[in-house]
Amino acid sequence: MSLEFNNEQMTEFKRLVARYPEGKQKSALLPVLHLAQDSFGGWLPTEAMDHVAVLLNIEPIEVYEVATFYSMYNLKPVGKFVFEVCQTGPCMISGSENIIAYIQQQLAIKPGETTKDGIFTLKLVECLGACGYAPMMQVGKIYREHLTKEKVDAIIAEYRMQVAAQN
Amino acid sequence: MGVKLLLEKANVPGIRTYDVYRREGGYSAAEKALKEMSIEAIVEEVKKSGLRGRGGAGFPAGMKWSFIAKPEGVPRHLVCNADESEPGTFKDRYLMEFLPHLLLEGLLISSFALGSNDTYIYIRGEYAWVADILEEAIQEAAKNGWLGKNILGTGFDCMIHVHLGAGAYICGEETALIESLEGKRGNPRIKPPFPAIQGLWLRPTVVNNVETLAAVVPIIKMGGDEYAKIGVGRSTGTKLISACGNINKPGVYEIDMTISVEDFIYSDEYCGGIANGKKLKACIPGGSSVPILPANLLLKTAKGETRYMNYESLSDGGFATGSMMGSGGFIILDEDQCIVKNTLTLARFYRHESCGQCSPCREGTGWMEKILQKIESGKGEVSDIDLLWDIQRKIEGNTICPLGDAAAWPVAAAIRHFRDEFEWHINNRELSQTSNFGLQHYADPIHVPA
Amino acid sequence: MSEQTLFKVTVDNITIEVPAGTTILQAARQIGGTVAPPAMCYYSKLQGSGGKCRTCLVEVSKGSEKDPRPMPKLVASCRTTVMDGMEVKNITSEKVVEARAGVVEFLLLNHPLDCPICDQAGECHLQDLSFEHGKSGTRYEFQRRTFKKHDLGKHIQLHMTRCILCYRCVFTADQLTNKREHGILDRGDHAEIATHIEKSLDNEFIGNVIDVCPVGALTDKTFRFKNRVWFLKPMDAHRDCPSCSGRVTLWNRGDEVYRVTARKDQWGEIEDTPDGKPGWICNSCRFDKKQTTDWVIEGPREISRQSVIAQGHYAGNIGTTIPTETFAAINNGRTPHLLMDIHSESEVNQPNIHLGENEGPSNSATFNNNINNA
Repeated sequence: MSLEFNNEQMTEFKRLVARYPEGKQKSALLPVLHLAQDSFGGWLPTEAMDHVAVLLNIEPIEVYEVATFYSMYNLKPVGKFVFEVCQTGPCMISGSENIIAYIQQQLAIKPGETTKDGIFTLKLVECLGACGYAPMMQVGKIYREHLTKEKVDAIIAEYRMQVAAQN
Repeated sequence: MGVKLLLEKANVPGIRTYDVYRREGGYSAAEKALKEMSIEAIVEEVKKSGLRGRGGAGFPAGMKWSFIAKPEGVPRHLVCNADESEPGTFKDRYLMEFLPHLLLEGLLISSFALGSNDTYIYIRGEYAWVADILEEAIQEAAKNGWLGKNILGTGFDCMIHVHLGAGAYICGEETALIESLEGKRGNPRIKPPFPAIQGLWLRPTVVNNVETLAAVVPIIKMGGDEYAKIGVGRSTGTKLISACGNINKPGVYEIDMTISVEDFIYSDEYCGGIANGKKLKACIPGGSSVPILPANLLLKTAKGETRYMNYESLSDGGFATGSMMGSGGFIILDEDQCIVKNTLTLARFYRHESCGQCSPCREGTGWMEKILQKIESGKGEVSDIDLLWDIQRKIEGNTICPLGDAAAWPVAAAIRHFRDEFEWHINNRELSQTSNFGLQHYADPIHVPA
Repeated sequence: MSEQTLFKVTVDNITIEVPAGTTILQAARQIGGTVAPPAMCYYSKLQGSGGKCRTCLVEVSKGSEKDPRPMPKLVASCRTTVMDGMEVKNITSEKVVEARAGVVEFLLLNHPLDCPICDQAGECHLQDLSFEHGKSGTRYEFQRRTFKKHDLGKHIQLHMTRCILCYRCVFTADQLTNKREHGILDRGDHAEIATHIEKSLDNEFIGNVIDVCPVGALTDKTFRFKNRVWFLKPMDAHRDCPSCSGRVTLWNRGDEVYRVTARKDQWGEIEDTPDGKPGWICNSCRFDKKQTTDWVIEGPREISRQSVIAQGHYAGNIGTTIPTETFAAINNGRTPHLLMDIHSESEVNQPNIHLGENEGPSNSATFNNNINNA
């Protein structure tokens, strides 16, 4: 498998690198890895990281070290929609455990797993900075806040619809 | 209504856009600073204002600015710390989401004062949509001549860049943030050298919190002396508090620091009291790493005086009977909450977020979590409490960066104030799995306003 | 050369003068003995090393002559430079002794303590540190951490469970080779040394990671399980090597060269060559030259008498003699008797079990499984 940015992604790559001074292109690594993850199916296969290393003119190990450090990079394939549910203190006291249990039950997966149809992944995460709107989860870029069982049902249905519409 | 300096215009429709922000008087402080003031004068105003870092440590901002080295021919950088990750804290997100231009204006003035031509906003990766808002605002500001080359004809060039993090609490620590901004793992650096001497790309760098930099705008507008008149003692100006947990009205509030904790919790203007008619049990007043306080020590100090929402009063009594203002993440726990469990989730958080560089934090945070897990699940021994105490003591102060302290303090304070609840958990192994210690903790009835 | 500014610094009540810019640790090493704090991650020959393990924490009871205020926290002596008039407490500070015991406990928390089968035993800094500053028991009652096994190729054996994340090997690869291929992956308590892509490390100078590793995490595969270091005779030797200094220590038994390492000083660091450069050695000297005929032997290497390695060597060479009397002779004819037979006391040390096969630390529970599988 060879993974490379297409023209549009290369334009974005150049825009990201241009933010940093000449010779400091390694600074763009985190944003570029986000771009790679978004471009290559929501996760970072080794080939994607190697491609980034070549583009930024750094050693592959420097990319691996960074990609494994930060929790937002997925090093294994994930579903189309990743439910990142916050479980830290403020969310916990507002009932995040019930929400997590409910999602597990509704999707029949455990944290870290992906549904068989490849649509949903459940990931437990630590504080996302939405403590006042707890319990909450992040799906893609979007924060889903003030979660209730009903809301979870609606969100799952919404994404299922989206997938169905695309097929 | 208290004084509002930052969020005054937050509810103006369309304030997120440049046009509305400008119409409401936005960028006038920047105009004043760049056109009428010298660099020294700006730094002086910030010093006079008594503004303290709003990220958590509370270090005087003006003093931090004055430390920056100015070697000939070496670029300097201002970096805005928008890696807000301290559990209970979501004020910066609110500010950036609703008032992006206020932050940009503060950044422009501060960049001018520090001589930073390339200023970075390091924003946590999860706030990607907030980053989009900021990027849009930057484009608007640049289009209108507030960013770019030769701003307002002053000869000053400045560009603000957004840098997206990728999920690491540790990057809120300024040297870890700098490492991360250089495209590396978020390992805090060993200090000295401090960033003011060798920071980003080994150049002199100042890292300030979002709220701190936004506060520069009202300071320039009204003057440092006027700003310092608001508040009390060394707690000058206003502070954003993000209130959450078991309260009726969670959200972000701007307070002047003369309000009492009791008023803040129970008045309708702010938290609106404890949710569902429950009683107040405890509070973590400044983000998850500061010591938790039981209700009786929260509302009144150990001396029996009213406790106020400011740096000095919240820390009155030291860690023995007080806490800290911290980042302003105000977490309320009601009578149904289990202190052991709450401490466990925080311990898990710090274990998860430890970078793993230094041994006390890498090994100690995981150990504490395991012991708390053991107690919480009804398998603990009384000796575990003393062991926990000893572990946190050996972490605190012995690590490279403050994450070690941040992990140790919540455990220490929970044991200090709620030891009886830990013991109850241990002595009532089965009961503790189905019921709650509740408010038994308090021998005296707590005063709860009607 | 212009005259260097000298700073007066006092460590554990002993005062010396050192050039400005010297670290507390280096100053203390100049005094020597127990005044020198232990250092697990700092390595003077590796730029940027230090500050991480926290074993070298000391108390600065007086900042300097100008500003005599004590430092509020214990500081890492390896990364803190001395000031004129500074007063430092190492083992004379109760705080330091306690903090250090804490650090040792943390370092050993997840360490497998598999010294009986570890090739580093006898020259392991963690062993020495535990002996000197540690406690006899552990208060940790949970499953110890284990890692997925990674293969680093034919020369270097990685045992991640023994690693203390000192980063020395990372600095070594950065500073000695032109292309670093291994690094620290993941974070926190599951951070590990790996290549991510299961690559073998074969740079000509990568073998030096074995010498800098303070524990048994990176060991010489060509020496693996061959012998215990204290049974070997260290001899200084050299050869005309095209790529490195060629100055090594051979570890012999009889005429057989079991292992080749760089020469190490009393702090366990690579010795400098006569021209003042660190005496790193190349893979070829380390792994391939295993015949005495490959080398010009200079003579036995002096080993600290405290070292385990010094036990029972060099009759006549450095003034020690092998006792000729038997134990029975000096004990009035009584032969030594076993206090206990370990095999009747513990299931762990069964002679038919290969401890190296165990994923984690050995205890009776895991052992039963192992016995069944054996």
